[in-house]
Parts: sequence; structure tokens; C-alpha cells
Amino acid sequence: MAEIKIKGIAKSFGAFRALHSIDLEIADQEFMVLLGASGCGKTTLLRIIAGLETPTEGEVWIGDRRVDHLQPRERGIAMVFQNYAVFPHLTVFENIAFGLRMKKLPQSEIDARVKRTAELMHIEQLLARYSGQISGGQRQRVAVARALAMEPDVILMDEPLSNLDALLRLEMRAELKGVLAASKTTTVYVTHDQVEAMSLADRIAVMNGGRIVQAATPVEIYRNPKARFVGSFIGSPPMNFMPAKRGMNGSWKVGGIQLAGPADNRQDLEFAIRPEDLLPAPGGFSAEVRVVEPLGAHTLITADVDGRPFRAVLDSDVTVAPGDTLSLVPKPDRIRWFDPETSEAV
Amino acid sequence: MTDAAISADSARPVADARSAGRFLFIAGTVLLVVWVLLPIYLLVVNTLSAPVEVSGFPKSGIPSFDMTSVNFFLSFGGVARALWNSILVAVLTMVLSIGLGAPAGYALSRFDFPGKGSFRMLVVMTRAFPLPLLALPLAVFFIRTGLDDTAIGLAIVHTVLAIPFAVLITFSIFAGIPVELEEAAWTLGCNRWQAFQKVVWPLVLPGIAASAVFAFTISWNEVFAAAVLTIENRTLTAFLIQSLNVSPLHLKFAGGTALVLPALIFIFAVRKYLFAMWGISNR
Repeated sequence: MAEIKIKGIAKSFGAFRALHSIDLEIADQEFMVLLGASGCGKTTLLRIIAGLETPTEGEVWIGDRRVDHLQPRERGIAMVFQNYAVFPHLTVFENIAFGLRMKKLPQSEIDARVKRTAELMHIEQLLARYSGQISGGQRQRVAVARALAMEPDVILMDEPLSNLDALLRLEMRAELKGVLAASKTTTVYVTHDQVEAMSLADRIAVMNGGRIVQAATPVEIYRNPKARFVGSFIGSPPMNFMPAKRGMNGSWKVGGIQLAGPADNRQDLEFAIRPEDLLPAPGGFSAEVRVVEPLGAHTLITADVDGRPFRAVLDSDVTVAPGDTLSLVPKPDRIRWFDPETSEAV
Repeated sequence: MTDAAISADSARPVADARSAGRFLFIAGTVLLVVWVLLPIYLLVVNTLSAPVEVSGFPKSGIPSFDMTSVNFFLSFGGVARALWNSILVAVLTMVLSIGLGAPAGYALSRFDFPGKGSFRMLVVMTRAFPLPLLALPLAVFFIRTGLDDTAIGLAIVHTVLAIPFAVLITFSIFAGIPVELEEAAWTLGCNRWQAFQKVVWPLVLPGIAASAVFAFTISWNEVFAAAVLTIENRTLTAFLIQSLNVSPLHLKFAGGTALVLPALIFIFAVRKYLFAMWGISNR
């Protein structure tokens, strides 16, 4: 059992507070993705779990051991680095065997494990080569094989796919998901790529400014963002936001129309809707179309509603041209409301 | 505007500019090569010529491989001992400057500590004091402590000269090793020392060897401190300065060659790593 418990972890670099009291529990065998823009603290949090960074406050537990005072090698973790960190002076075989030799495993066991993980990552034909003689994608495979060969309780990955080209990234993403699910290890994976996060994660922890804003399943994060930031960060294009004023009989005035909203005694709320949850039908927002981008499956429209930019993803058989005025109706069950002061969901 | 005015201002083909650049490049290269090689060539030719040819005119420019000068030089009293002293001092300098400089270079490349910038500055500052200025106080101090006229005493002075290079060169060598390699080793079961030994050391070894040779060469070529601080145990440079002044011309050439040759061989042997030393390759 290797669940990870992070209790009140904070980290300061001088006067800069990189992490503010992070609490997070990651279940055994769970695939947890830390997602956020650069500088949000996600890599720092990962490095604290790895033991490469010392937290200023708080505790890290792996299984039933408190590990925040332990060396990286004593934590039962393996890590895959962004730039692979494949040792250039060793062959691929010796790279994969490196940690096993440190554990002083018998040679037969080392041979067996290297062979198995190399086959798993499809690099068995490269075992005699040096890292200078293989491609970036192959180096990535070596780094993952080296981590897997350790049979760790926890695998930590720091943007492992970000140095690969787009096609290879897609291929490796699917492969990683399969391999890691089969290995039954707990995985913590850092990325700034939301598509990567959505496709890999059991749960995503969205981070911003050194805090975890929301930790939930990908669909939950997408459908029910707990804060305005999550809605504006996740989704391509992101959510549309409009100010809402209290109207008559518990309705809310948004962009010139009346919508049923939460029974709330505030005067102002923020209305939010995903671009694909808008339908062209009478009685909706009056949207003046600015840009039309046909994407094949869908057509992406950028329009003005009430003087604000507003995006809609429509079916590609809707014919529309810049300058047209469309009526866009939000799907009632997909409307979300945020408090404009706290930015939290209502 | 007339046709003549236009044609006078017509664009010259790009090839003209390119060939002019090419000419400059080749001329510059030839100049540099001649600048470095000509003295060495003359030195070697005159060493390998008979004493009569050295002072004779016109010169053939081709050595006659007459070993009179060389043999005389090698059998000259004290040369063997001076050679041994030179080697001893240079090896001691090499060990001391790398032993002290490499850890400093590692610390500079891996850790942030207060005064890091000033430290780097200060290391270079040791070269700012002209040796003649320090020679007298050093000589007095060495006589008091009994370090005068010893190999270790001279090696310490040479280490001071070599250490800025050792620190800055090893700094760039260590900085060229991504810290992730060490971190990966830590997560794979190494403590800090094992990670250094198993990952960093094999990668920096060629560069360290090159900077060690560099330190060796600095000591080997140094003459001022050697001449001031040694009397009986002179190094080859100090010995030659002292005795060649009064020697015939062909012996001066033989002595010069004896000084240049080891430095040349060493630099030639590590030429590949002299680039690595500046952090360019070694990946």
C-alpha cells in the first residue's frame, strides 16, 4: 500500500512563498496529475515528495511512513525527469540496472528485471547503446524503464513528455497510461498540458499561485469547476464569463436575457458557460460574430455579447459569417455561477 | 539619371564579398599559425643543427640532425637534477591546485551561498598581484618558515598562480553536468557521495585531467618565483635562466627546446579537452 498524504506542506524560497499549506491525499495506485501554469508550484511539490526539496513546513507520508526527513533513496520512489537524466557514460542496460545494482540485487535478478522493463518499453534492441546514440523519444523510454525497474511504491514524473514532438507525445501518452496502470504503482505526474492531464489522470489537482484550487476527477474538473480559475484554465477554448445582476423572482439578468439561477441574496454573480454548451436557437444571447474558425468537426465562433468577447463551439453544418448576428441559448443544466468577490462556485 | 551613373553604382556580385571574406579568413589563419609555429620551428631547427650552422649564414632551414648541442646540454651539470625538480614541483602544483580548486569549482556550480559572486571575483583577484611585488615578502616569509629552496614551497606559490584557472575551469566542467543526473542517482539509491562517484566523476574526469595538465604547464613554465625562491633546488626554467645567459647560442636553443617540448606534448595530448574545459562539449 502506497498512498501519499501531504499535510500542510509549505515552501518558501527566501521571501517568495512557492507553496501555501498544501493538503492532498493520493490513494494507492492512483494516477494523480498536478496541473498548472509555470511557476504555480507543481514541480516544487513533486520535488518535495521526491525529497529533492525540503519543505519549510508540513509532513509527507508515503504508506504508513513519514518521509519528509528521509533521503530520496529511502523513500521508495522513482522519478522521471523532464530532460530524461539518462546517464551518458553508461549503456542503456547499465542505466536501467543502475538502481538495481545500488540495491545489490543478484545479477540474475538484475538481468531479468532489465529485460522485462526494456521489453515493456520496447527498447530491448537498444540495451548496448549509449544515450548519445539514441533519440530523444528513446531516451524517454529508457528513463521510464529505469524507474519501473526499481519497482517503486511511487513513480514521480516531472513533465516527462514536454520535450517530445507532438506525434511522439501522443504515442507515449497512451503507452505510459497502459504501462503505469499495469505496474499498479501510485503515480504523481506534473504537467502544464491540460489535454495530457485530462487523458492520463484518475484525478487532477489544479494548482495556482502555490495552492491547490481543486482536486477531482477530470470530468468533475471540467464540468464543475470549483473556482473561476479552473474554468478559465481548463478547456480549449475556456469557459465564457458574463456578469449577472439580480432580476425579478429569483431570475438573473445576463447579457440582456433573463436566466433562472441560484436562490442567492447577493446582488451580483458571475455567469459561466462552456463554449460547446451554447446552441443557436431563438431567445438567447444576441451575439455579433467576429471570427469564424471551421475546425472540421466543429466551428469555433468568436463573437461579441454585450460588448464582451464570447466563444461558442457550434456544429460545423451551421453556416455563419463574420458580421452576422446569432442567437445563442445556454444549456440550462450546464450553466455555472461564481461569486465575483471570492471567485468561488456558488 | 544617366546609364553611366547607374552602372557605376551597380551591385557587385555577392561572390565578390564572399571571396574577400574568404581571403581575410585564410590570411588571418596563416598569420596566426606562423605567429605560433615559426618561433617553435626556429627553435627546433637550431637545436638539431651543428653549433657552426647555428651562427652561420645563409641558413638552409632544414635541420642537419647534428646532436652535438643536445648531447652537450643533456650532459651539462645540474640539468638532470633541475629537470627532476621541475617535474616534482609541477606534479605537486597539479595535485594541490586540483585538490583545492575542484571542490571549489563543484561548490560554485552546485550550491548557492552568501558571497558566491565575491568569491569568484576574489579567486581571479589572486592573479591581480604581480609576482615581483610579492617576491620579496614571500622570500622573507619562506626563509623564516623554512620553506625556501624546497619543492613544496615553490609548489605552493605555483598553486596560487594555477588555482584561479583550476577553480574556474572545473566550475564550468561541473556546471556542464546537469544537476538532474545527480538527482536521478539520488532517487535511484545513491547518497550524495555515491552519486558523485558513480555519475559525476566519470563524466568530469577527462576535463579534470585536462585542467590538471594545465596546472602542470603553468608550473613548468613559471620562472620568476622559481628563480627567486630556489637556490640549490632550482627548477629547469630557473636553472636555464641562470646558466644560459652565459652559454653559447646553440646551447640556448637546446635549453629553449627542452622547456617548450613537454608543454607542447601535454597540451597536444589534452587538446580535445581544452574545449571541454570551457564547458562547450563533454556531454
